[in-house]
Amino acid sequence: MARIIVVTSGKGGVGKTTTSAAIAMGLAKRGHKTAVIDFDVGLRNLDLIMGCERRVVYDFINVINGEANLNQALIRDKNCNLLYILPASQTRDKDALSIEGVGKVLEELAKDFQYIVCDSPAGIEKGAYLAMYYADDAFVVTNPEVSSVRDSDRMLGILASKSRRAELGMEPIKEFLLLTRYDPNRVESGEMLSLEDVQEILSLHLLGIIPESKSVLTASNAGVPVILDEKSDAGMAYADVVARYLGEKRPHRFIESKKGFLRKLFGGK
Amino acid sequence: MSLDVNKNYDMQPVLEFKSSTFFVLVLIIHSNDLMMIEQKLREKTSQAQDFFRNSPIILDVRELNQQSHGIDIIKLINLIRSIGLFPVGIRGGDDQQNLQAASLFIPVDMSQSSASSQAEIQKTVTSSPSATSHEVIKEIVVSTATTLINQPVRSGQRIYASGDLIILTQVSAGAEIMAEGNIHVYNTLRGRALAGVQGNRDARIFCSDLQAELISIAGDYKTSEDLKDITPRKPVQIYLQDQALIIKELI
Ligand SMILES: Nc1ncnc2c1ncn2[C@@H]1O[C@H](COP(=O)(O)OP(=O)(O)OP(=O)(O)O)[C@@H](O)[C@H]1O
Ligand SMILES: [Mg+2]
Repeated sequence: MARIIVVTSGKGGVGKTTTSAAIAMGLAKRGHKTAVIDFDVGLRNLDLIMGCERRVVYDFINVINGEANLNQALIRDKNCNLLYILPASQTRDKDALSIEGVGKVLEELAKDFQYIVCDSPAGIEKGAYLAMYYADDAFVVTNPEVSSVRDSDRMLGILASKSRRAELGMEPIKEFLLLTRYDPNRVESGEMLSLEDVQEILSLHLLGIIPESKSVLTASNAGVPVILDEKSDAGMAYADVVARYLGEKRPHRFIESKKGFLRKLFGGK
Repeated sequence: MSLDVNKNYDMQPVLEFKSSTFFVLVLIIHSNDLMMIEQKLREKTSQAQDFFRNSPIILDVRELNQQSHGIDIIKLINLIRSIGLFPVGIRGGDDQQNLQAASLFIPVDMSQSSASSQAEIQKTVTSSPSATSHEVIKEIVVSTATTLINQPVRSGQRIYASGDLIILTQVSAGAEIMAEGNIHVYNTLRGRALAGVQGNRDARIFCSDLQAELISIAGDYKTSEDLKDITPRKPVQIYLQDQALIIKELI
């Protein structure tokens, strides 16, 4: 049975697409056949980050409308043959997505894939609703700032009450926290919320902390998910996230600033 | 005009269906004596006029029918309307009663039309079942059952309890919890909490960590601005005393 993961946040620009690309690649690299779907109709971002924008012929909406079948629309990743991308349409508007249409596509994908990663658009409107509706697991991407935390909280409420699992009274969606763009120096100086602050408000299972890192931009410019940059901090952090999601225990990293780390080492504080 | 309509059609959807949950009073009728019903209804509603004014009502005539007391539904509905209540549905009626209701555009709840779960109805009747024969209407049914919540109440969520409300999890900023009775939050309360929302001034709020955006009892409220000086992580209770909201540490 396929597991459907939604990568969601409420707030825009927090790192959903970066995360979707990284974890989809991570899961595929570990031998799980994975599809990643761009729900951000009208914007189309995922294919750029995956570096397959020049190979897009058909998109998600073509498949929903029956203008193309899934095999025609799915793009096989250039780095990993277990990873497939279903791009969003740039030319349609959001209303082209329907709950039945999305359900049909996911059902068909579920026959052939082990993991289906849904990259949600920002907001709590239709696109975000459809991206989370069929999910089994949710990666709630949050930045360490008040407005992002508040939006994540809002999204968690929607996951708990509006999803298919909620409507059918099934076991609820499993919710995981992904704290991204974490900058320990700015946390220490009080410019950003700390992990503890965020957890006090959200109290969620923490899947990982992704540090603020130049490697993310470099990777996205190169059209390669950052997880493939195995030496970068963000790449390592995403690899940890995938491992933890698959059940491995790994200590959390990248929480402390270099300064704080040294202080701790020498017993200060 | 038609131009406007077309324009609207292009721009955005004209309508949308959404499912929602509402709280409606159920009026269980135990007698077919219309005069007694009127008298009792007037008594009941005069006790809480604001609450009952224009209040929607579901008529439940199942018990009446079980005792084989017929009743003229048209007369009954007109009576209820004359008192200022709005019948919006009927349940437990027989075929003829349902037809009568339908002729007045009152929807019929078919799931309740025949004898089904008696237990469910019993639960919502608040007064003692051994009421005297004078008691025509046992109670305007306001469930006093306690609502228990053990999932976090997140921003944007609202909870309404017609009795007491017990919450074991956190209540986030941007969430709203309301109860006709007391509210207990055994966790951090960051959202809005309104107890005694139908006017019960004896209702109280208890919580183990008060960081609320707003607290209210029977309409008297304080906002987070007024709560600045409250120490967080201390269990408190909130109650009304001589028109004033009192916040008191529990231990
Ligand atoms: N860990 C990180 N370190 C540095 N920059 C990051 C990190 N994560 C994301 N970014 C940058 O933040 C920006 C937004 O990222 P991304 O597109 O993944 O967010 P999103 O949540 O998908 O946005 P949208 O809501 O618009 O879909 C991008 O420029 C990306 O490079
Ligand atoms: Mg995105």
